[in-house]
Amino acid sequence: MSCYCSVRVQEQDFDLSTEVADLRSHTAEVGAIASFVGVVRDTNLASDIQAMELEHYPGMTEKSIQDIIDQACERWQIYGVTVIHRIGKLNPTDQIVLVAVSSMHRGDAFSACEFIMDYLKVNAPFWKKEHTPEGARWVDARCSDDSAAERWALK
Amino acid sequence: MINVLFFARIREQLGVDKLSLSLEEAGPTIADLRASLVADKDAKWQEVLGADNVITAVNQAVVDHQHALSDGDEVAFFPPVTGG
Repeated sequence: MSCYCSVRVQEQDFDLSTEVADLRSHTAEVGAIASFVGVVRDTNLASDIQAMELEHYPGMTEKSIQDIIDQACERWQIYGVTVIHRIGKLNPTDQIVLVAVSSMHRGDAFSACEFIMDYLKVNAPFWKKEHTPEGARWVDARCSDDSAAERWALK
Repeated sequence: MINVLFFARIREQLGVDKLSLSLEEAGPTIADLRASLVADKDAKWQEVLGADNVITAVNQAVVDHQHALSDGDEVAFFPPVTGG
């Protein structure tokens, strides 16, 4: 089944309503849209976060996200996927990532949305640097993110 | 030529974001390229590129150390990813 996809890596903010409206407009068969928005927190590992810098590998980032979406389209009956990831300098409460998925019924939309987000966390080449009162530091990868992605391994 | 890119913590620790070398200088595999890169540099290069968790991509797909290089390849070294 062909699946409408939009993958964007950008500095500017995004608007959830606009993106959901876009997914609704592609086919009247859409009966469900699930979305996830990631937000910059003001604390991490007991430090105050003043700002966050996002670096990425241009080209490979878009390719790896597209690959994850292709896997989701094979696995679930979904009509459209929008993934937006912001880069550059972000502040606490800023939106950082959006994954939105449309399908006929909610089950496929919920599952595919979580799957895409879990794999994006471990496969897409983005790196976060936190600015704290003690100085700047690169964020370390978390084992819990690997476990979240491994849950989806085909048995 | 082989174009080599470094990202995030690795780019900062090495103080370089990209460099180029000939396929002959790079060697036939990723393991050889890594050895060539650290050969005439200070100990920091061995420490940074020799770390267990360094990820290597060729032409924007993750590969292992035995991957064979071809002229014109884009090779990237980067730490575990932390997006989302």
